[in-house]
Amino acid sequence: MTSFFQGLGLSYEMAWGVATVCGILLIAFPLMLGVAMIIYADRKIWAAMALRKGPNVVGPLGLLQSFADGLKVFLQETIIPSAANKGLFLIAPIITFTVALMAWAVIPFNSGAILADINVGLLYVLAISSLGVYGVVIAGWSSNSKYPFFSAMRASAQMISYEVSIGFILICVVLWAGSFNLNDIVQAQKGHVFGIVNGFVANPLLFPMWVMFLISGMAETARAPFDLTEAESELVAGYQTEYSSMAFALYWLGEYANVLLMCALNAVLFWGGYLPPLDIPVLYLVPGFVWLLLKILFFFFIFSWVKATVPRYRYDQLMRLGWKIFLPTSLLFVVLVSGWLMLTRFGV
Amino acid sequence: MIQVFAFYLFATLCIFSGAVTILARNPVHSVLWLILAFFNAAGLMVLVGAEFIAMLLVIVYVGAVAVLFLFVVMMLDIDFAELRAGFIKNFPLGIALAVVLFVELFVGLVVHGAGGVELGVASGMATQAADMSNIQAIGALLYTRYLFLFEAAGIILLVAMIGAIVLTHRERSGTRGQKVSKQNARRPEDATINMQPESGKGVVL
Repeated sequence: MTSFFQGLGLSYEMAWGVATVCGILLIAFPLMLGVAMIIYADRKIWAAMALRKGPNVVGPLGLLQSFADGLKVFLQETIIPSAANKGLFLIAPIITFTVALMAWAVIPFNSGAILADINVGLLYVLAISSLGVYGVVIAGWSSNSKYPFFSAMRASAQMISYEVSIGFILICVVLWAGSFNLNDIVQAQKGHVFGIVNGFVANPLLFPMWVMFLISGMAETARAPFDLTEAESELVAGYQTEYSSMAFALYWLGEYANVLLMCALNAVLFWGGYLPPLDIPVLYLVPGFVWLLLKILFFFFIFSWVKATVPRYRYDQLMRLGWKIFLPTSLLFVVLVSGWLMLTRFGV
Repeated sequence: MIQVFAFYLFATLCIFSGAVTILARNPVHSVLWLILAFFNAAGLMVLVGAEFIAMLLVIVYVGAVAVLFLFVVMMLDIDFAELRAGFIKNFPLGIALAVVLFVELFVGLVVHGAGGVELGVASGMATQAADMSNIQAIGALLYTRYLFLFEAAGIILLVAMIGAIVLTHRERSGTRGQKVSKQNARRPEDATINMQPESGKGVVL
């Protein structure tokens, strides 16, 4: 895109700046629109599984419900508790929201359509997702209130626990792809199994990794059944208890942007990203971002499905799953995968 | 131009947040400023082309160490008056440490300006191939030349981890923990009975 703006007569630096800003807007605006629609979809799916109708009043089929909700919270008064640490209280939702958008910089939407094509793309995703916990922890502390604080402690323990196993799962993928660059990882999945299936998921050694990644992703984004941080039966609304109006909305948007990111990572790391599911020339006629979008929507449906059907975990069960099951299993698979690659790809 | 601007932005913010870290009254604010300093240092690393180190800095220090640090500081019941009482007593020691650090830094910079010491060139390992990425270069060095040091570091960390667990673990009697295998083995028929009592009779359990 930089060369396009250079062609318009701008200097390299100006062109780079304009191209980067355009790239950011091209990702952020559809993402925000997507988040609004995905909240609607989540409520519709949840309602359908509970034999309800869900939002159906605002706009045709209730499609404008999220925008009506957004307008409502926008017009509400922001209430700041008098005992709160005011600055941090207001910064916390901004951190959550910003971090949720930042990680999208390295997601490849099509071959070459990537904002920051960096060597350490996957490490960047890990680094950014580890920042997400700050929004929650700062909110819990600065609210100066019991339940948000409990929730913040739960959240930080939960996110740190599952990041460990996610790290090991990603190592398996990186070993197989031979790169940390997300675009290279997608390309490495082309015709991965029998030269026809695009995606690491069809690989017997990586399929268990994908299952664990999906579950860890739910825990990492604090989605049901792992939404211990906002367990309303125990903690009122968790770290969001003291928040109102736009600050609350920022948490909401950030949460769903994170869920979409997890779905996108599932697609990119295990299901071939922007590649079609099968390596057949006809399927390449469909543009890559359509395949990516379809995969993201598919995974979001799984997330919603789980949310609607599975009861919430107890906190000790959550910790047991993370530390006693996922961590040893993923560690075992790191050894298995690297051993197998040593045997087949590099010779012993 | 953009690089220079980014460098001064990161450097200024890094020094500023480092200064505020020690000047802030509230320890939680201090930790948060420290995190900002880490973050800007990572930005500087990216600028010099060490993107792997930058990402590790964010993942390890910001993502894990600082979170635990923040955790501990938040849970402490901080008495601000007591914190400030020790200021005069520790002031000379602090100044002495600062002077030593500053002199070391100064000497280092002066020596570097006078030609510096060329480290690692003798073996020829410090020059890396231009087409290698950071990760490949570090990996090629770490897993060949420094393999034993790397493994020794791993073993030391493992021993430290096991040691910490052994030192802090204690069996307490009289606690009621969860036995997950027992819970999973429990079937509905073990816990529930289906009865259809006549109206007005009730059920004897």
